[in-house]
Order: sequence, then structure tokens, then C-alpha cells
Amino acid sequence: MRPDKFDSWLKVDSKGLYCRPGRFHVDPHGAVGRAVITHGHSDHARPGHDAVLATNETLAVMETRLGELAPRRPQAAAYGEPVTIDDVTVTLFPAGHVLGSAQVLLEWKGARVVVSGDYKRSADPTCAAFELVPCDLFVTEATFALPVFQHGDASAEVAKLLKSVGQFPERAHVVGAYGLGKTQRVIALLRAAGYERPIYLHGALQACCNLYESFGVKLGPLEPATGAKREDLRGVIVLAPPSAIADRWSRRFPDPVTSFASGWMRVRARARQQGVELPLVISDHADWRELTETIEHSGAEEVWVTHGREDALLHHIERTGRRGRALALIGREDEDQ
Amino acid sequence: MKAFAELLDRLAYTPSRNDKLRLLADYFAATPDPDRGYALAALTDGLFFRLPFRRIMAEMLEARVDPVLFNFSRDYVGDTAETIALLWPTQGEEAPPRLAEVVEAVKAAAPADVPGLLAGWLDRLDATGRWALLKLLTGGLRVGVSARLGKTALAQWSGRPLADIEEVWHALQPPYEALFSWLAGEGPQPETGAAPVFRPLMLSHQIEGRELADITPSEFVAEWKWDGIRVQASHQGSEKRLFSRTGDDISGAFPDVVEALPEGVVLDGELLVMREGAVAPFNDLQQRLNRKKVTGAMLESHPAHLRLYDMLFEGDEDLRSLPFTTRRARLEDWHAAHAPSRMDVSEIISFSSISELEALWGSARETGIEGLMLKRKGSPYLAGRPRGHWYKWKRAPLMIDAVLMYAQRGSGKRSSYYSDYTFGAWRDGENGEPELVPVGKSYFGFTDEELKKLDAFVRNHTVDSFGPVRQVEPKLVFEVAFDSVHRSTRHKSGVAMRFPRIHRIRWDKPAQEADRLETVKGMVVD
Repeated sequence: MRPDKFDSWLKVDSKGLYCRPGRFHVDPHGAVGRAVITHGHSDHARPGHDAVLATNETLAVMETRLGELAPRRPQAAAYGEPVTIDDVTVTLFPAGHVLGSAQVLLEWKGARVVVSGDYKRSADPTCAAFELVPCDLFVTEATFALPVFQHGDASAEVAKLLKSVGQFPERAHVVGAYGLGKTQRVIALLRAAGYERPIYLHGALQACCNLYESFGVKLGPLEPATGAKREDLRGVIVLAPPSAIADRWSRRFPDPVTSFASGWMRVRARARQQGVELPLVISDHADWRELTETIEHSGAEEVWVTHGREDALLHHIERTGRRGRALALIGREDEDQ
Repeated sequence: MKAFAELLDRLAYTPSRNDKLRLLADYFAATPDPDRGYALAALTDGLFFRLPFRRIMAEMLEARVDPVLFNFSRDYVGDTAETIALLWPTQGEEAPPRLAEVVEAVKAAAPADVPGLLAGWLDRLDATGRWALLKLLTGGLRVGVSARLGKTALAQWSGRPLADIEEVWHALQPPYEALFSWLAGEGPQPETGAAPVFRPLMLSHQIEGRELADITPSEFVAEWKWDGIRVQASHQGSEKRLFSRTGDDISGAFPDVVEALPEGVVLDGELLVMREGAVAPFNDLQQRLNRKKVTGAMLESHPAHLRLYDMLFEGDEDLRSLPFTTRRARLEDWHAAHAPSRMDVSEIISFSSISELEALWGSARETGIEGLMLKRKGSPYLAGRPRGHWYKWKRAPLMIDAVLMYAQRGSGKRSSYYSDYTFGAWRDGENGEPELVPVGKSYFGFTDEELKKLDAFVRNHTVDSFGPVRQVEPKLVFEVAFDSVHRSTRHKSGVAMRFPRIHRIRWDKPAQEADRLETVKGMVVD
């Protein structure tokens, strides 16, 4: 192992991870002149950038969500299509996280660095599947980097929701789900389980669903939850942003069962704290096994950990004979909300 | 095990009693014997495994999990059994074990074989299954199901009256196949034989001042209502039992009273702690409740006593259809004949008019008196809460004005409302400025309309928030009613209220005019 092998061209500055020879940031948390964006979640795709390289889908998400503060000079790249930025070759590969999400391969002077963004390895019908990219340095997320996180089969969680709908047909099931990715995945899983009735949406989730449909992801009949008659909402499934499920907004529903689709729901104290009655363990992020296997199969001799439970992952990285470093990037939320 | 794990998981997150009943009834309907019977036993505290599972688990982990990673995980999850359940690698190749297989194998196993069995089952289960298995074996289900709720679910599922189920309950053993067969309409009612079984208690209706006018004094007797817990003491067929009002067997916590029970009798009375002929505060009795076993020191310092109200059986004779006065005479004769230790007969108060009774009631200040009972002389002993027979007339509650300090979100139907309130009284702070110190917490006593207003008040006056809790500006005064107040070393204020409720919301009253802590301390009875 050579120390400082990557420090000469990659550093963390006040805006985040910066590539010197290409003069761009990856997922900076403040506005910059040049950025590569891995995916459209708001803690990765910030407002106010000038030039941005991202997938077509991610650019569309930014356009929808950021309006006037969307990138001024967007540049789309297809998965696997190399783009040269100054002396650096940048290639995006599917990360399996949400629609359009990408890992970023940076090549400079023969060295290969992969910035994972957020990723998962389990099946998701609403986005392209993760592709393993061999590299020398792997920059990984660590949202669920504890061995207690082993996300099971998401369709079993949706079966649990459907069983509850059968058991409590007079109640509305209000499922908290993040607007970009989780919502569409839950809908797709419900459809795959044979649920064909209309699914009701909080107004804040509609735009992302429209976007997914415009990229060819079929979601079936969707109805606005606001404005529907209380009596008509018995026995229905409603999706809403997590902040709305146990707050004043949810009072419009008949005796709602409060549910939440998130990887955090695996920990009971966390589910109870949020007043969740029906926790669904459905995650957009890699679990412990996926994180550790991906590190191993990437062939990387060095691993940098961006955000999450980095202590445990660094312990594992060092114990398995690799060099590890915590970047402790600021501005990342406790993701998978 | 899969269905049982799913049931436990749902119950643990379901706050509503009715929803819990539905989940239980659905489980009993869908699950075969003997699994459902073992599940019922586990939920109603009827299964004990006397094995050192905590040590066994620690040893198993040492060989399989990196201790650094385990500690990170344990710190994050906050519960050891849950941590193990979550980080045990899921294999999912073999079918999960049945609940009955687990229970029967553990009961039959030599202690040395248990770690191997446990590891084998953990390998075959998913995370929820592993959590349920570990909770089952370590005896800490804590999913908010009492024995009473379990029996109520059986009644709901089968359509049989709860009282019938309670009568046979204590004669039966897990996995309760005869019980399920009877409830499913496939078999006869189980024989209770000679074993002591719980006979559902006769309960009273609360009476208010005005309704007292409808009482004809000559048809009633009065008794003090003692501030302990109602129990049924039973000694039949050489076995002795003490049952709580809801039919839980609490014999283990009160060996002194059980020991003193003469043979061939079923009695109804109030369980108290008494010292030198005086009833100790309820707090003292509380120290002895909810224990499976009691220490010698506790028996010495908190001696239990039974104050008898009624007799249900003498020998094989069922007295329940006889009028109250006849049963009472039989009770007095029996007590005189056996002179059992740790038992006396509750005094009958004679009165000829309601005003006489009111005067007597007004002057009674003895500790341990919670109210007055009025019993119709001709009443048989009827299960449940029949109308027109027994009345309880409770002492007017104590009252203070306290200031709302913190509000927490409720659960279930109230999860979108800040509905649990912590309130405080004033005292002088270290710098001489008045400060509030919490004296109690309550989540009821107000109407749904008032809850909406309170919720809005909390949201508009929040000064800080900690997870689901909000700290509010000290502006709103509650008139808080409570039954009594006791010293407590566990609370910052040094006092703990019994049964506090929001009596009135004083939107009009300035917070600085609320009561001081000294006022509350002056109400302490012990």
C-alpha cells in the first residue's frame, strides 16, 4: 500500500469530495461550478450548481424538484458511456438505489476510483440493477453499516401490509415512504403482489410518480388522498411522506394504521419512537452483507467511507487487511427516511 | 413459530386493545393445536424455562460474532436479545421449527444440549422469528397482553362467555387442547375436578351523590372500601391459590397469606399490607405486587393481610346463590371457628339514613379507606358487574392546579396528537427564582374537543423538542385530580401521584398562580 496515492488528486473540501485534475465535485452539499451528481435525493443533488454531469433521469429529477435552482448547464451521460472532464475520464454505472442513480468511475493516470453514491444490491423493479465496477479506491456509503442490518425480502414486507389490510378492512393504512424511489418501489411491489386497486397519494408524492411513469415505470391506478371522502378511504392504502404519517394530515383517514417503509424499521426502538404500528423493512441502501461483499468484490485496496455508521465499517475494512478512512461528509441526512 | 413470531411482532406495535383482540382471535382461529395453546401460555405468563439463557447466548456469540461489531450493534439497538436476533446470519434453507417443537424440546432437554438446539433453531428462523424465540425463552415477551386479554380474545373468537372460560382456566395446563376443543365446539367443557379455579368476581357500580337518594337504607348494608387489591383466596383439593381481580395467579408473591389459608374454602377480600393492626399505604402493597417471588426481608417489613368481604364456597357447597346476609353470616361463623391468622372480617357499618352515612363517611380519615361500599342484603354473588346490587362510593379526589411543562405524542388513534402531559408545581430554584418541577403525568380526563385545543396549544407554544416530546412555555394550568400522593425517591419532585387525571383545563388562570410543591407535599399521607 502506498500512502497518499489518492490524496494527490482527491480531497475533501468545504463543499465535499473534490477531484483536482477534473476540477469538479461529486455530490457537493453547496452550490459549485462543476459537479457530478450520483442521484436525485436532496442531500446529494443540491440546488444552484452551474455545470452538472448526471444521468438523464437524475437531471430530470433535479429539474422537477429544484425548478429555477436546477443545474444551469446540465450534461447527460448514459450508463457505461465515458465522458472526459479535463484529464479525468468519468463513467456512470447503475447503483440500484433509485431511478437514474449512478456510481461514478473516475480514471486518472491509470488509477481507478469508484464513488458509490448510495446503492443497494437487492432487486428493485423501478431502477437499473447495481453493476460491480472493479477499482483501486472504493468510496462507499455506510448508512446501514452494522451487522444487525440484513434487509430481507421486500416482497415479504409488502405481504405483511396486505395481510393487515385484510385483517383491518375498516381502517386506512397510511404508509410513510420517501418520495423519490421508496414510494415507487412500494407501489411496484404492491402491483407485483397482485394488488390492483387504486393507491392513494399525498400531494407531495405525485410529481416523482409522474416522473417515473414518464421513464416507463408502470405504477397502475393512483388517486390523490386529499379531497377524497373519509368513508371512501376505508380499507385503502395511502402513501405519504414520513413527516405526514403521524401528524395532523393523517387525521383525515378513518382510524389509520400508521406504517413506515424504511430500513430503519428493523430496529424496534426506532419504529416505536416514531409511533409506527406496522413497520415495513424496505430499504434503498445496501445492508451489512451487501456493503462488505461489494467492498471485497470491488478489489479495492483502499476504502473511504462517506457517511453513516462508519466506525463499524472501518473496523471491518481494517480487519480484512484494507486501508480505510472516514470522510465524515457533512450535510448527509440519516438517509432512507 | 412463524405465525407466533408474526403475532408477537404485531402485538408489540399495536396499542389498541380491540386491535390486539382481533389479532389474537385471528391467530387462534388459524393456528392448529398444540402450537396455539403454547402461544396462549407464553402470552399469559404460563411458560417458564428455568435455564440460564443469558449466559448461554453470551457463550454462543463469543464463538460467532466479532465483539467490537457486537458492541457497536448492541449500543445502536439497545437490547441484547434483539441485537442477537438481528445480527444472527439468516440461512433460510431449512423450514423454521414449530412453536410446539421448541417448547417441548426445551422442556425435555438436558441443560448441556440447549445451546446446540438454540443455535439450530436460530439458523432456521428469520429475524422476527429469532426475536420471538429469544423473547419466548427468556420469558420477557412484553407485548402488552395480560392473562385477562388472552382470555377475552378466546371469548371473542369462540363466542363463549368470558366468565365460563375463567372458571375452567386454572384447572388447565398448556397446551390447553381440551380448552380449545371445547371452545371450537368439538368437545365437552373441560372438567375442573378438585383443583382451585378462579371464580369471576362480583363487581360494583360507582355511585354519585345524587343517586344516593335512590338507596333504601333498610335494604342495604355498608362496608368500608379498603385501599388494597381485590383478591380471591381459594383452598380446595389440598391446593391453595391467590387470584387477582382479573384471575391472575399471584400466589407466588404472597406466600404469607397463602400459607395461612384453611382448607376447603373460597373467599373474597381485600389484600393489604398491615402493621400492628393498621392498614399501610397502598404504596407499601405495591412493593409486593408484580413479583414472582418475595424475599424474607420483604415478608418481614411488608406483612400481607386479607380483609374478608365474602365467602363463595365452604367445603363443596357453592354459596353464591344465597343472599348476601346469609353468606356474610356463614363467613363470620367460619372465621370464628377457624380463627385463621392474617385474616379478619371487614366491619359492617350500620346506618338508618343516608345522611347518617354521609356524616360517618365525612369523618372517616383513617388511612387505607378508599371509599364506602353499599351492598344489597338480598343479592346473590353474581359474576361481573350486575346492575342494582353493589355500589361503591369513592372519596372525593385530591386536587391541585399544576402547569403544563411537556407534552408527548400519544399512540394508536392519538399518534398525531400531543396527548400525554407532564405537569409541574412551583418551587424556589437555586437562584431564588421560582421554577417548575414535574409532579405527575396524565393522558386522560379531557374530551376529544379539548384534546384538539390542547394539541394546538402545544404546537403553538413549543420551546424545545426531544424526539416525540415537546417542551412548552409554562403558560397553561390544569386542575389535576388524583387519589393520593406518596413520597418517591424516583422522582425529582420527591412525590408520586396515584391515578392523576386532568380534571379541568384552566385556560383562564395565570400560570404563576398554580400550586407550589409544598402544597402537594402537604397532601402526602404516609
